[in-house]
Amino acid sequence: MKIVVASGKGGTGKTSVAVNLALSVEAEQYIDCDVEEPNAHIFLKPGHKRQQPVELLVPIIDEKKCTYCRRCAEFCQYNALFVVGETAMVFNELCHSCGGCKLVCPEGAITEEPRQIGTITVSESSGMSLVYGELNVGEALAVPVIAAVKGQAVDEGLIILDAAPGSACPLVETVHGTDFCLMVTEPTPFGLHDLEVATEVVEQLTVPMGVVVNFAGIGDRGVYEFCERKGIPILMEIPYDRRIAELYSRGVPFTAEMTEWRARFTELLATVETMVK
Amino acid sequence: MKQVTILSGKGGTGKTSVAGSFAALADQPILADCDVDASNLHLILNPDVKETMAFKGLNLAEIDPEKCTKCGLCERLCRFNAIHDYEVDSIHCEGCKVCVVNCPVEAINFNERVCGHAYLSETKYGPMSHARLIPGMENSGKLVTLVRQNAVKLAEEAGRELILVDGPPGIGCPVIASLSNVDAAVAVVEPTLSGIHDLKRLLQLLEHFEVLPSVIVNKYDLNSNNTESIRVFCEENEIPVLGLIPFDENVTKAMVQAEPVVVYSPDSPASLALKEAWKEFSSFLDL
Repeated sequence: MKIVVASGKGGTGKTSVAVNLALSVEAEQYIDCDVEEPNAHIFLKPGHKRQQPVELLVPIIDEKKCTYCRRCAEFCQYNALFVVGETAMVFNELCHSCGGCKLVCPEGAITEEPRQIGTITVSESSGMSLVYGELNVGEALAVPVIAAVKGQAVDEGLIILDAAPGSACPLVETVHGTDFCLMVTEPTPFGLHDLEVATEVVEQLTVPMGVVVNFAGIGDRGVYEFCERKGIPILMEIPYDRRIAELYSRGVPFTAEMTEWRARFTELLATVETMVK
Repeated sequence: MKQVTILSGKGGTGKTSVAGSFAALADQPILADCDVDASNLHLILNPDVKETMAFKGLNLAEIDPEKCTKCGLCERLCRFNAIHDYEVDSIHCEGCKVCVVNCPVEAINFNERVCGHAYLSETKYGPMSHARLIPGMENSGKLVTLVRQNAVKLAEEAGRELILVDGPPGIGCPVIASLSNVDAAVAVVEPTLSGIHDLKRLLQLLEHFEVLPSVIVNKYDLNSNNTESIRVFCEENEIPVLGLIPFDENVTKAMVQAEPVVVYSPDSPASLALKEAWKEFSSFLDL
């Protein structure tokens, strides 16, 4: 079973919930899909690591064959090719690697070669497989790196996926094809607004969901009213607690010291299992 | 005209609370919310929308079943795994047009797709450019660019000297779009190990694009060791720390009241620190 922990708004405690859930229920695997700013490894302190590059194919123009007809540049929907006078240029960072330029070139002047945009790391922590990806600094496209970390998913057992914030393509890529989405939010107007947009994405992907309210006790009742109106169950509330915040700041999963929470995460998983069936 | 982007790397560190307060402290700025897929600045600035424009992202391929001969070429050529059983999956289609131009019977249409809306608005603190990406859509980077262009237009029309940009989290495409041609960036960080990890990646990004960096530590009293290591790190790298904001429950209360904290409770500890940070920021930018 694949459970995504997502949020919309950043900083609501996705990674904290995902890590503590994974440790409490002894998940098989943890996949950190926030490849722009991965944090799970800070809490899980993995041992032996194996790394591999994430590559995209980008065009190489053979200027000996190129007649500067501009067909490639006119075709490219991402403005990654530029042809003016007797100069043809490729802007690698804009290339989505569709392969179209190579297909439209009448001279056979375009070939492709792999270019690294990120790295994925496969490691182990507390008997659990931990996979995380890192988009290279300066690169724009997170989705191929997310697809690469998801490609490492084991065939059986419980997999926890930690999503990036927001409601755009990284969230879609992470949630697609999973069994359940746990939305972590905070009970504030910002938390509510971003929960609303993120739940729209998850609904479109027809993945069942439940909410975890973090920092309960601050803010207002908007999140609770929204969940009631939409019929989205609130599966857990974690109070605003300075002790949890301090443990978080030091990179310590709070269930390591507040052990009474382990049973609650185990119950949470049991509830999710009934909702998936 | 000067443009400054407020960023954080890690989400939820207080970017928008800082941006909202700076909006109230600045002398008639232009405001731009570039976190287009989880925008929040409008929730504390309450913009009155004057103009709405549809944002068209990349087109979407669509197979006409009447014309399709089920040859399967499009599915083989699509690198985004977006075609199955002679149908295009709109979630995965990246609008590259490869299937459209290679279909031997011209059975594939290439339709425009509205991915969001951009708004030009008025707020109490100055004109505002903002947007909303339709949830799940692509191209947030392109929409960010539109918000930035609209902000420049507003600044030129109103003769304003400062554009304050509230940026998205992360370091990918929308963040890169929020940084083009800016004069400086402010990174808002919390003193947590995750926050420091993400700050360092963000600062590398600023260096990569040659953007002048500065830092504000939010909730600095949460972990004084980490705050100290941020301070030392910034000193070693010659990055100015503009301010240290204490944890203050007035920040959340102000959000609930839909106001910047410096307006809601001007003498609260967070507001006093934000005013100091604004002063530092003004002299840093030479406003």
